[in-house]
Amino acid sequence: MRNVYLVTAFVVVLAVSILGFRGTPFTKPPIDVFPEWAFPGMKRQPKPYPQGASRFFADGRADRPLPPGVVSRDPLRNDYALYEGKAADGSWLRGFPSALTVDAKLMARGKERFTIYCAPCHGAVGDGNGITKQYGMGATPTYHDPRLRDMAEGEIFNTITHGKNNMLSYADKLLPEDRWAVILYVRALQRAQTGTVSDVPADHRKELGL
Amino acid sequence: MSKLFPKSANKLPLQIIVYLVVLAGVVTAGATYYMTPKYTRVGYAPVQPVPYSHALHAGQLGIDCRYCHSNVEKSGVANLPTSQTCMNCHNQVKKDSPLLAVVRHSYETGEAVPWVKVHQTPDYVYFNHAIHVNRGVSCVECHGKINEMEVVTHAQPLSMGFCLDCHRNPAPRVREPGDVFNLDSATIAQKSGLEAAHKFLKDRNIKPPQSCSGCHR
Repeated sequence: MRNVYLVTAFVVVLAVSILGFRGTPFTKPPIDVFPEWAFPGMKRQPKPYPQGASRFFADGRADRPLPPGVVSRDPLRNDYALYEGKAADGSWLRGFPSALTVDAKLMARGKERFTIYCAPCHGAVGDGNGITKQYGMGATPTYHDPRLRDMAEGEIFNTITHGKNNMLSYADKLLPEDRWAVILYVRALQRAQTGTVSDVPADHRKELGL
Repeated sequence: MSKLFPKSANKLPLQIIVYLVVLAGVVTAGATYYMTPKYTRVGYAPVQPVPYSHALHAGQLGIDCRYCHSNVEKSGVANLPTSQTCMNCHNQVKKDSPLLAVVRHSYETGEAVPWVKVHQTPDYVYFNHAIHVNRGVSCVECHGKINEMEVVTHAQPLSMGFCLDCHRNPAPRVREPGDVFNLDSATIAQKSGLEAAHKFLKDRNIKPPQSCSGCHR
């Protein structure tokens, strides 16, 4: 009987030394306790997944690119100010599209989106000294020069939508409304650089030690 | 006949039963330890086609999760970034690095980068990223400290028990909306106490479902 216990103990030690402990990093595909061959179609169902693979299509992906000439079923985007940044006469829009309410909420949204998508290169205050500069990013223009101060809001919108020079398009990351929110915040950053004490409301001056 | 079985054989049935009980205990312990995602999935760190470091990009550079996983607030799926997203910087930073050849190839041809999926729930689980991050569940709760990982490693079991732990008692785990994407932030409970966390849940009417159809369909 003693031998049986010894053999059992040996098997346990052997199993633990082969299987290891929980949480040890490993690179091979995980073991499946309920494998696919025993329970087909349960855990991995035959359906396309977002950004998943598909054996049906020649390029091997489940997400399909838009066929050429496809027409969107969304409501018609005929508000050229909102979606293109253009005024009625085709010039770049100055100011903000009438479809948007310019308020503190839009500003807060703009600040949040700017911090996520723009600040890495343009810097938190828009001076072009973002963190990426230390890692070899080329010259990023500062917002605080006359050219960009006087640039129409619509042209900035166009730059975010289509990119410019080394900056690629951010249309896939920022919805049109978010792009306008970002522009509003950029305007605030530009305004802040030329601000004086008289711009600060009297009851807030103490917070800044003025 | 007394010679055929020695006297010790009288104890044998009892000894066998005792051994079987011990064996059942050992097998149960082994199955409990090894046959759950805590063993099978935690620690999974596959070799990726590009040695992308979250520790560098999200940790050191402080780039927000949403810069790359840009639809996480809008979609059930926290998308992998397009290769254009990589090229936003890498058309200038380390633009000739051989490590980024796969990304450049993908950007030029439109072929997908063959990333290896690390976190994968079964297909009958319908996890929605947007609804969790918009209700104050931070990335860190399920993915661990991604911002400190050189190689993304499966940090939590993501088993049904893991989900239900939080669905039954979300208060200690929720964060302020502004802290959700800051993986080093403290939960509301850590900042201002459990009562504040319960108030946060009540004010926002956050009632995680515990019914089957909440997640399975």
